[in-house]
Amino acid sequence: MDYAINEMEQETLNATRELAQKKLKPLRAEMDAKEQFSKEMYEEFRKSGMFGLWLPEKYGGLGGGITCLAMAFEELSRVCAGLALTPGTTALGAIPMFLAATAEQRERWCYDLASGKKLWAFALTEPEAGSDATALKTTALKDGDYYVVNGTKHFISTGKEADFYTVAVNTNPSRGARGISLLVIEKGTPGFSFGKKEEKMGIRTNPTYELIFENVRVPKENLLGSEGRGLLYVQETLDYSRPGVAAQAVGIAQGALDETIPYLRTRKQFGQPIITFQALGHKVAELAAKTEAGRALVYSITHRMDEEFLPAVKAALENGTTVHDELKKIKGGRWTKYSAMAKLFCANTAMEVADECVTLCGGIAYMRDFPLEKYMRDAKITQIYEGTVHIQKNEIISALTKEYAAKGE
Amino acid sequence: MHILACVKQTPKSDNVKIDPATGCLIRSGAESAMNPFDEYALEEAVTLKEQLGGTVSVITMGPPAAENVLRDSIARGADKVYQLGDMAFAGSDTWSTSYALSKGVEKINSLEKVDLIICGKQTNDSDTGHIGPQISAWLGIPNAAFVRRVVQAGDKSIVVERLTEDGTEVLELPYPCVISVVKEISNPRVRSVKGRMAAKRAEVTKWTADDIGADKTKLGVKNCPTRVVKSFAPKRDANAVVVEGANGKEKAAKLVELLKENKYI
Repeated sequence: MDYAINEMEQETLNATRELAQKKLKPLRAEMDAKEQFSKEMYEEFRKSGMFGLWLPEKYGGLGGGITCLAMAFEELSRVCAGLALTPGTTALGAIPMFLAATAEQRERWCYDLASGKKLWAFALTEPEAGSDATALKTTALKDGDYYVVNGTKHFISTGKEADFYTVAVNTNPSRGARGISLLVIEKGTPGFSFGKKEEKMGIRTNPTYELIFENVRVPKENLLGSEGRGLLYVQETLDYSRPGVAAQAVGIAQGALDETIPYLRTRKQFGQPIITFQALGHKVAELAAKTEAGRALVYSITHRMDEEFLPAVKAALENGTTVHDELKKIKGGRWTKYSAMAKLFCANTAMEVADECVTLCGGIAYMRDFPLEKYMRDAKITQIYEGTVHIQKNEIISALTKEYAAKGE
Repeated sequence: MHILACVKQTPKSDNVKIDPATGCLIRSGAESAMNPFDEYALEEAVTLKEQLGGTVSVITMGPPAAENVLRDSIARGADKVYQLGDMAFAGSDTWSTSYALSKGVEKINSLEKVDLIICGKQTNDSDTGHIGPQISAWLGIPNAAFVRRVVQAGDKSIVVERLTEDGTEVLELPYPCVISVVKEISNPRVRSVKGRMAAKRAEVTKWTADDIGADKTKLGVKNCPTRVVKSFAPKRDANAVVVEGANGKEKAAKLVELLKENKYI
């Protein structure tokens, strides 16, 4: 079912469905097998305006919100979760910038972001700082008008292809987590290089790289917000981006069903289409119901988010303030619990649906000629990135504990 | 740079049915879409606009429903769209159609000077390939057909590579000029969200034969110099004769003999 509530959302669904069928589908198997980034698809995304969906018209975007972004990510991931990451990870890298950027910084970065001329990526994870992001060791020490950055990030999606990296660094290591800040570091800055390229289970067309910073001098104008508030921006970013991962998971689940149901209808064993065996049909019914439940959860949340996000963006542009500050004026609360719920439920659903679909279709689905094994490999990442399912549970129980404590119950 | 793409609404090519009795296309009830070759033409126009700046206008001639291909053109990146619609145009052959289009081009040119006209190489419903070259003839401007690549588009002229029967040619054409393009020219994009929304709101300029100052004695089924006498599926004939010979000269002589023998010449 479509959850579009306005023309822009409906056309986002229509456009991304056409794009996925016409452009992603013919490329997905080849790019997955080659483990190569698709420049051709990047160009198609750019031409069809995929990078600017959620950005204001002022910068050449469409003025859609978190819902449009999530809908696009769902429909693209429904066909190929790997190729979908070109606009997906650009949004992830750019959301913290867009939330914390001053009016001047927005002017500097948002035009090329919305047009897709420049790709963005988000660099938080380090070898010793995965689920525990506060343990990050990359430092950025002030030297006049510059920060001097040293450290290593790893498992960075769209690495090497992206032009701008929103990097979590510690600008005041003596303060620990309270010293964490966000810097925008441009590819090509002296001392910034790429290390190992990872070989992955799924989403293989998207390049995952190690980033190495050796005395990289970053102008202080590239600091997002103020020093020491990096973790706050990261959390706020994840609040907005996790429904996107949840939407991707819904897309993967739906895509797996799209491959499975026609096969079960036409595959005959024991003299009848195997979908007519109730054991199989009932399983499909359960999987479809869970997928729809996930979709309903995602868009219920994003629609509520947009009621605050879009007015905050509008106010920030009018007042020359940051989106983060305008959001605080409007609300002050956080979406963490609901974002985590959406990601937890949808990621687990995607994994279950993809796994069960492979079983339902049997031997053919285990073969690479049939697209289902790829859905199973791709589904797994949604349980891991942007916080594992366990971290999502931490977020949920932490929020619930606070809520009930506040009520004195 | 003002680029004008010519497009036509034709039956969707994945859904064409032929009446077995008449051998003609069954048009009624068939789903329509932009002629596929025109998609390549429009995409090239939009790509050139993105590189050089300017405007892409689109013109079509056709019944009221042909407005759909103009809205589709907006969704694919066009800026302005014009429709020639008049009962006087009904049943026009390529000579009449290209005349009407050339009058439409003149009118558009009077509003904003046209530099480059791009057509698809042919349509999927009549396959003639006449329209592009004929428009250039009516307007008295240069033309290149079967263009597969724009080598360079400058301020005053365009350099193109066109397919010929035995290879390719590179031609430079001063503006204004007409090129008709083959599918290798471009890779049509998917309609963007922004384009789709703009398409619904776009204003379609509609002109009659009088609006473009067309001479009605050159229009419509009654005034066409050509007419379709009969449509039929060609009979398959397996009695082909292969002329053997040591060289081309000998083969040609034998072929002439053969044609004389059978009274073809």
